Amino acid sequence: MPFPIASSIGEFFDAYFSSGWAWTLTVVLHATFILVVFGLTPFLWIWAERKIAGRIQDRLGPTRVGGRFGWLQSLADGLKLIQKEDLVPKAADSMLFRMAPYVVCVASFAAFLFLPFSDGWVAVVSDIALYVLVAILSLEVIGIILAGWSSGSKWSLFGGMREAAQMVSYEIPLALCAIIPVTIAGTLNLSDISRLQSGWFLNWFLFHDPFTFITFFVYFTVATASCKRAPFDLAEAESELVGGFHTEYSGMRWSFFFMGEYASMYVVSAVAALLFLGGWNSGIGPLDAFLIDLRTAEGSAFAGYLANLLGMVILMSKAWLLLFVQVWVRWTFPRLRIDQVMTTCLKYLIPMACVLFLGVVLWPMLMYGTSKGTRTTHPFLEPRGEILGLHAAATPGETAVAHARAPANEEAE
Amino acid sequence: MTLETLLFYIFGLAACIGAVAVVVTQNVVRMAFWLIVSLGSVAALYFLLDADFVAATQIIIYVGGTLVLLIFGIMLTASGPYQKIKSSPGEVFMGAGIGVLLLVLLVGTVGAIDWSAASRAVAGPDFRPTTGEGYNPAGQGNTTRPIGMALLGPRPDKDLGKPEGSKLSSGYLFPFEIVSIHLLVVLIGAAYLARAKRRVQKVGPDSRE
Repeated sequence: MPFPIASSIGEFFDAYFSSGWAWTLTVVLHATFILVVFGLTPFLWIWAERKIAGRIQDRLGPTRVGGRFGWLQSLADGLKLIQKEDLVPKAADSMLFRMAPYVVCVASFAAFLFLPFSDGWVAVVSDIALYVLVAILSLEVIGIILAGWSSGSKWSLFGGMREAAQMVSYEIPLALCAIIPVTIAGTLNLSDISRLQSGWFLNWFLFHDPFTFITFFVYFTVATASCKRAPFDLAEAESELVGGFHTEYSGMRWSFFFMGEYASMYVVSAVAALLFLGGWNSGIGPLDAFLIDLRTAEGSAFAGYLANLLGMVILMSKAWLLLFVQVWVRWTFPRLRIDQVMTTCLKYLIPMACVLFLGVVLWPMLMYGTSKGTRTTHPFLEPRGEILGLHAAATPGETAVAHARAPANEEAE
Repeated sequence: MTLETLLFYIFGLAACIGAVAVVVTQNVVRMAFWLIVSLGSVAALYFLLDADFVAATQIIIYVGGTLVLLIFGIMLTASGPYQKIKSSPGEVFMGAGIGVLLLVLLVGTVGAIDWSAASRAVAGPDFRPTTGEGYNPAGQGNTTRPIGMALLGPRPDKDLGKPEGSKLSSGYLFPFEIVSIHLLVVLIGAAYLARAKRRVQKVGPDSRE
């Protein structure tokens, strides 16, 4: 089947239904799970952002809805937004105006399909998951531009223009920074990249060499900008453009933009965690070894589930920590001007990303030599060949044959 | 009918509707939107074929790149609020004629091929559809490694069973590098043509006159 899924739930349904129905039910169950994560992330983080913003500004934030801490504030907001009138301005191009929020929402939801939640917990297994993710994230901008253009309002048009200029520029350093851990790992498969970082936290690609350490911060800056979060929220810019691209929107259509925004904030944070911060690995050597043992334990499917659940909790905590930083930054720094945003990207971030890329490529040569015959591998990356299904070649002449043997039939069981 | 067949029909229909709508619509930005629908559906068809790399490239280049630039260009250059394009009857006639001829050609070609024999010929005697039992590389998401390997030089898909010391097939590293250098030349040329022209100020005794 083209869309493989976690085998256990599929096997569970197989016992009760015919294989076609079991497969369909499994797909529906997994899709529902992803939809729930996609829906709950904005739900939780809109409340958290209001709370954090309140504390940063020496206020309390929401306090009443749902008893303590106002934790049901997002539900109240949602109910309010559903009841609001769905307005389309007279000057708007009504079809595009109605479609734009869906484009944003669908684009950021589609990114969840390729995002691993834990070892093996990924909706679509792909050995180029990172590439597909970057491709899908570049779709979101179309919805924003369409929203800005079709509203028939100057503020919206300005917002859309700024978003287009910003996104077209920031995609370049984003892709360059994402390539850097890929050059170390030798794969675009996000699950494999995370698997390579198990063990103590020094195995994380963040601590692989000085270049990756800086890359993480460059990536995070660029990712914040690509989610159009402050200080890069030029497309909205409440104090200049009323609401930017969403000035004319109301009700649910307006809220779709925010679901998309918070979901893609989660996606870029989770990708940062997977690429640099060890993914679902805890960073504590013995604990990771225990979790891997638990995952591969024979006989008990429950142990595997428990291990994956713990992995998901670890990955989500890392992603949420980064989300917290994004919120923290938003309420701390003032907004940049559009020319400053472009200068930051074109004059600083892109050259930095290029230099870092070169540095990461040259680092192994400097550290471990380039002598022929003996291929010195990085001590942290010993399990790399095993995980990627490649065999270490003894002599350079055999490399081609060894590579040739690699991809097929090794994992036949 | 399996789920894949259903999805194939849905996305195939969406691709066709999008393509027809691009031709029929007169509003330029709506055309761009229908192009997104059409190209996105084609990308979905590639995903259904387990061609993840082609699908992602389709999205990143056509949908995420070209169309964003298209809409951006329209927003920068449009004179009125909603730019319209109208074709003259002659253009419509010419376009329709060429389109019908192309359709006849494509349908004729597709109909003339024995597809199951062709797929056996391409994939070898042990061809197995990806929905088969047991391990299949495509089902594990391993869809891109042969292309990546071929672009780097080694051809695991051809050299797999060969005895040691035999001649290995060549990959596509050389054409790949030539294409990338061509693209670099195009980039530099575009930057040269688009750069701001500074007036050369003549400084010297003859400029005073």
